Amino acid sequence: MIPVVLRTDALLWLLVAAVAAYIVHVRRSPHLLVPWRRVTRSASGMSALMVFLAFVGIGLLDSVHFRPALETKDDRGETVYAVEAISILDAIATPLRARRERTYSAPLATRAYAKETIEIAVPGGKPRQVREFPRLIWGGAHLKSEDDRLSDVLARALAGLGLAFVVWCGLAAAVTATRARRAGRGLKEEWRSIWRAETVTPWWALLLTAGALLAIGGVVVSLCARYHVLGTEKVGQDVLYLVLKSIRTALVIGTVTTLVLLPFAVILGIMAGYFRGWIDDVVQYLYTTVSSIPSVLLIAAAVLLMQVYIDQHPELFPTTAQRADLRLLFLCIILGLTSWTGLARLLRGEALKLRELEYIQAAQAFGVRSGQIIARHILPNVMHIVLISLVMEFSGLVLAEAVLSYVGVGVDPTMISFGTMINAARLEMSRDPVVWWILLAAFVFMFALVLSANLFADAVRDAFDPRVRVGGLARA
Amino acid sequence: MIAYIVRRTLYAIPILAGVNLLTFVLFFVVNTPDDMARIQLGVRRVTAEAVEKWKVEHGYDKPRFFNGGAKGIDRLTDTIFYEKSVRLFVFDFGNADDGRSIRHEILTRMWPSLALQLPVFVLGLIAYVSFALLMAFFRGTYLDFGGVVLCVAMMSISGLFYIIGGQYLFAKVWRLVPISGYSGGLDAWKFLVLPAAIGLVAGIGSGARWYRTIFLEEMSKDYVRTARAKGMAETAVMFKHVLKNGMIPILTGVVVVIPTLFMGALIMESFFGIPGLGSYTIDAIQAQDFSVVRSMVFLGSLLYILGLLMTDISYTLVDPRVRFT
Repeated sequence: MIPVVLRTDALLWLLVAAVAAYIVHVRRSPHLLVPWRRVTRSASGMSALMVFLAFVGIGLLDSVHFRPALETKDDRGETVYAVEAISILDAIATPLRARRERTYSAPLATRAYAKETIEIAVPGGKPRQVREFPRLIWGGAHLKSEDDRLSDVLARALAGLGLAFVVWCGLAAAVTATRARRAGRGLKEEWRSIWRAETVTPWWALLLTAGALLAIGGVVVSLCARYHVLGTEKVGQDVLYLVLKSIRTALVIGTVTTLVLLPFAVILGIMAGYFRGWIDDVVQYLYTTVSSIPSVLLIAAAVLLMQVYIDQHPELFPTTAQRADLRLLFLCIILGLTSWTGLARLLRGEALKLRELEYIQAAQAFGVRSGQIIARHILPNVMHIVLISLVMEFSGLVLAEAVLSYVGVGVDPTMISFGTMINAARLEMSRDPVVWWILLAAFVFMFALVLSANLFADAVRDAFDPRVRVGGLARA
Repeated sequence: MIAYIVRRTLYAIPILAGVNLLTFVLFFVVNTPDDMARIQLGVRRVTAEAVEKWKVEHGYDKPRFFNGGAKGIDRLTDTIFYEKSVRLFVFDFGNADDGRSIRHEILTRMWPSLALQLPVFVLGLIAYVSFALLMAFFRGTYLDFGGVVLCVAMMSISGLFYIIGGQYLFAKVWRLVPISGYSGGLDAWKFLVLPAAIGLVAGIGSGARWYRTIFLEEMSKDYVRTARAKGMAETAVMFKHVLKNGMIPILTGVVVVIPTLFMGALIMESFFGIPGLGSYTIDAIQAQDFSVVRSMVFLGSLLYILGLLMTDISYTLVDPRVRFT
């Protein structure tokens, strides 16, 4: 196989590296450890982080692309590679990808959702034509009689649950044993203190969340071997595969965008607040101008223009995947360029406040250059604002993607995303009977992703924002 | 005060000019009118004559900034920049690609948009502030906690789902209201009540949570402690002091929205077939009608700047300490 690095893959892994570097940095700096310890004490925040990390894991699996070797060899006996790059997730989910039905089928169904004309062979006569719901090619194909479907589904779900429970028990035992050894206590005692929520880190919540994730994962994995757990869509593609692929798109939009907006917001915002004068005027003018344009319109205009460019230069984009990837990257850049204003305004205000403080004035009196003052004294002191707004920004961006794709200025129509899924499923709501499972699947996954991001963002804000703590004290 | 307003209005001019220049660069410099013509006429199999003809029809055949071939003032005015961008300042929007006057469309379509947005805005403000006050009043209790969790959950749902779900349940399954469409006059309420209700519910999560933070911050201030210490009832503290003092941060977020209510709700209008400016914009984007998109960008920025000005003026009305010099 030949590895393929798409542009968004590279940026996504760059971000992972940045987060890892930040974690190392935090572990070394005691003053940063204090608020982060506070985050690890929040039950809802840590559970949300765990769910979020599960999504990130799926997204990262989907961000390592390669061109698999084909089984056929060319004339000279050399290996031939597929034209389209696939990701590790695609490789793992090959059964999901390959088992296509002809059209819609409901979750766990054995028959299609629309009647078709089928020929039934009559022994010793002409074949008879009947209008019937045809059996699916893959879904429940192993069943001898369809009456067994319910019991088969239940048996498989139970098997999945059982496996999940075994894994969970192992996990819980490992956590308890490690903690017990560190504290020098008995296992039983440690186990009790976890469930009485006496531990500083809310292990009970983490174990419960892990249990829920494992249970869902176990049931889905054991069922998806024989059924379409979330049904199939118009051309028979498994909906579970679609939602799994959508996760990466959402993650890219939510995180790569922040890479773009960060330099603008941080550099311009701090410079405006620190230098004041004409620089302040120019920066204020810039962000008022950009934020005065309705962002959807600005994004729409930019995306339309990019569409023109792509249409004019088809030679630059040999594969649809590359075109879709570039369009996704471009969408991130545009979103970043339109959304830096809020953070820049916040940072300007903070820098205005900080520059009047004694330690900055002392640095100035010592003749430290402005660049150094900003890098050494101002930047570290506004990092909590940057962090809070970046985490808060994430969920807004994921939600925005769906709306933009609906308007037709979001990701490439060939790219699988929550927006394109909703857009395609929307028209089916007027069908009778209604095709509901595609919307439901997109809803559940998107809701879980955004909710976990929101809850984690809340925990981070509570831990870092001094104002919130003052409010907390006043309440107590 | 008047001097202040005049100065702020003058300050708006460079911003609008910047918006104008930015959109001009986006639409005419990054991509040439030739590209636009090709998109409109179909990318392949388009002759150079057809492109030229399209450009002449739409007035894109002139030089961009400076017309060396013309005389006198025409050197500057007989250009695309003057014809297409500067004229926006006098609300001369020109024609859409289908030949209709954009100005006329805007004037007729802004009323349905306003009819939908105004009730959402007013009722929404009342509902969000009431919920937020309720949560702040019962702060630290299970009611508050449950409310916050509900808010976070509600704001984690994409607006598209509120619209799709609401339309499906109320219009299709229960048939309480028409699925989509619009009619002028008083009958319009039948078409507006569902989108307005959905807009209201979709905003409750972020709205109520935002106001709750404002109220809680206000409640941790010293004057609230003083008011309680002198024996004032908690309800009186909430309504007389906290609500009034919370007005400044509330106004900052609220007043700026008022002028943009005319712009309509993009997604909602297109789902419910309401002939407002929102659906007009979406149609223009989907049909790649650049003149309409440009006009809407200009109008949107203008209304936003108007909102900023109104915000500043409203501060003087609620807070006697704020004086403009």
